[in-house]
Amino acid sequence: MTGLMGLSSLLVIAPLFLVLYFLIREGASSLDWNFFTQLPKPAGEQGGGMANAIVGTVALLGMAAAIGVPIGVMGGVYLAEYGSARSNYWLRFAADVLNGVPSIVWGMVVYAMLVVPFKTFSAYAGGVALGLMMIPLVMRTTEEVLVLVPQSYREAGLALGIARWKIITVIVIKTALKGIVTGVLIALARVAGETAPLLFTALGNNFWNHSLAEPIAALPLQIFSYAISPYDDWHRQAWAGALVLMMLILSCNVVVRFVSRDRR
Amino acid sequence: MRTVTTPDSPAPVKPTSVSRWPDRSFHWLALLAALTLVGLIVLVGWELYRGSRLSIHQFGPRFLVSSQWDPVSDVYGALPFIFGTLVSSLIALVIAVPLGVATALFLTEMAPVRLRQPIITVIELLAAVPSVIFGLWGIFVLVPWLRDHFFRWLKDSLGFLPLFTGPIYGPSMLAGGIIVAIMILPIVTSVSREILRSVPNLQREAAYALGATHWEVIRIAVISYARRGIFGAAVLGLGRALGETMAVTMVIGNRPEISASLFAPGYTLASVVANEFTEATSDLYLNALFELGLVLLAITILVNAVAQLMLRSLAGGAGAKAH
Repeated sequence: MTGLMGLSSLLVIAPLFLVLYFLIREGASSLDWNFFTQLPKPAGEQGGGMANAIVGTVALLGMAAAIGVPIGVMGGVYLAEYGSARSNYWLRFAADVLNGVPSIVWGMVVYAMLVVPFKTFSAYAGGVALGLMMIPLVMRTTEEVLVLVPQSYREAGLALGIARWKIITVIVIKTALKGIVTGVLIALARVAGETAPLLFTALGNNFWNHSLAEPIAALPLQIFSYAISPYDDWHRQAWAGALVLMMLILSCNVVVRFVSRDRR
Repeated sequence: MRTVTTPDSPAPVKPTSVSRWPDRSFHWLALLAALTLVGLIVLVGWELYRGSRLSIHQFGPRFLVSSQWDPVSDVYGALPFIFGTLVSSLIALVIAVPLGVATALFLTEMAPVRLRQPIITVIELLAAVPSVIFGLWGIFVLVPWLRDHFFRWLKDSLGFLPLFTGPIYGPSMLAGGIIVAIMILPIVTSVSREILRSVPNLQREAAYALGATHWEVIRIAVISYARRGIFGAAVLGLGRALGETMAVTMVIGNRPEISASLFAPGYTLASVVANEFTEATSDLYLNALFELGLVLLAITILVNAVAQLMLRSLAGGAGAKAH
């Protein structure tokens, strides 16, 4: 029986190694200086890169963080510091329900909210879609680390007559900062790979983006459109892009592990 | 834990009203941020409803049971997509739940302690792999292998079942189900593990005291104790599976057909939206796609709510940790 269970564990973890193996085998050879510095080339032309998609992904993540982090952290503060048990139960429930909303649905919602009224796909819309997805993620992790801050810290602050908001920002959040940053990084790593919410918000772009009100390229979008294209060149580029995206996400995860190990 | 109240009755120095406003506005700001969650749920539902009004009005409930999807004559029905979503998710569950629960059992009850953390880490990293990368790997590695080896073998050995008949193309309902299974394995495994860890040791010791073997202890004391939680984990996995978009779109074949054979291409709610949304030529077409999104949202919210309530009602609230 133990053997069978061990075998299923092996089956469960095998895909990660298979995916990484093929990413490196197929992608590493196309990774060169040009890949990081050049725009995509039209089909049939050799070379080209995904510089605009890499910059686009960073820009989208920046906008997502600008929306997701403040709202998520403040919401986490409410859950941990102010909310009653009953309201917290429902708020956590709402957060979990939102976490379960399929990512493609976020794309449709933001399309209706921002793309239709402004009559153009835009980097803003993509950033908002990713940012909205981040809110419940950041909120839950923030709450989890804030309640770990010993109650005596707050009481000490209150005893000194410090205002509540100052206690929370200067003492509680500061104590839990590492955990909050960890949660933010995990949320960023999670949305960095999202493709579906960007399909009809950021749309993708084969050139440099000159204004955030225009469509913008992103690594996952580029990987998707190259993967389903009929050209071998583009397939190679897709593998290379996937390798870069995977490295980005993995390094985020490694940093998180490093930081949270330090905390213990 | 979180019931700090400012001592206000015997206050020798009353805080001036001026010093109260930053406190109060901070409180309101936090409340506002928390209420964003509720606002977002309403927003998502409202925008999808608003976007699909034309189609709801035009087709009514027939939309859900009609299998005609014809953009040329502007007639739309959701049945093939609902079918594809349910079937691919069920395939995923059939594969992922036994594997995930077995792995969780291995990790909590059997594996050498030194081995546990590395396996857990690998499973967590597996959860971090983006859908589109699984899709890429699916197109170029998994599907060709399934087509040339696994599907052929299935057809030869189980071909008498209607499930495994018909031509083998590669991209198919079964391929979609398998890729979704890989993607939901981490969540099924980690939630099951939380559940199994919450089984009190006393439970195990009691079974041992009755002379049960290791395996009997697991079967009698652990699994039966954790049965409801494991079911919750499976439902949570189902919630994830239903909404999976990119990887499925890339390997399921994208044909709105209802076929008994799992080798036949299928189409899911999420993938038809991903493929056709930017190509929708008429208002009604776009509205129909929005209605598909609404159907998908309704199914996933229902399934997720059930899973969360099931896991919540268990002691320890393992569901709370299930991101």
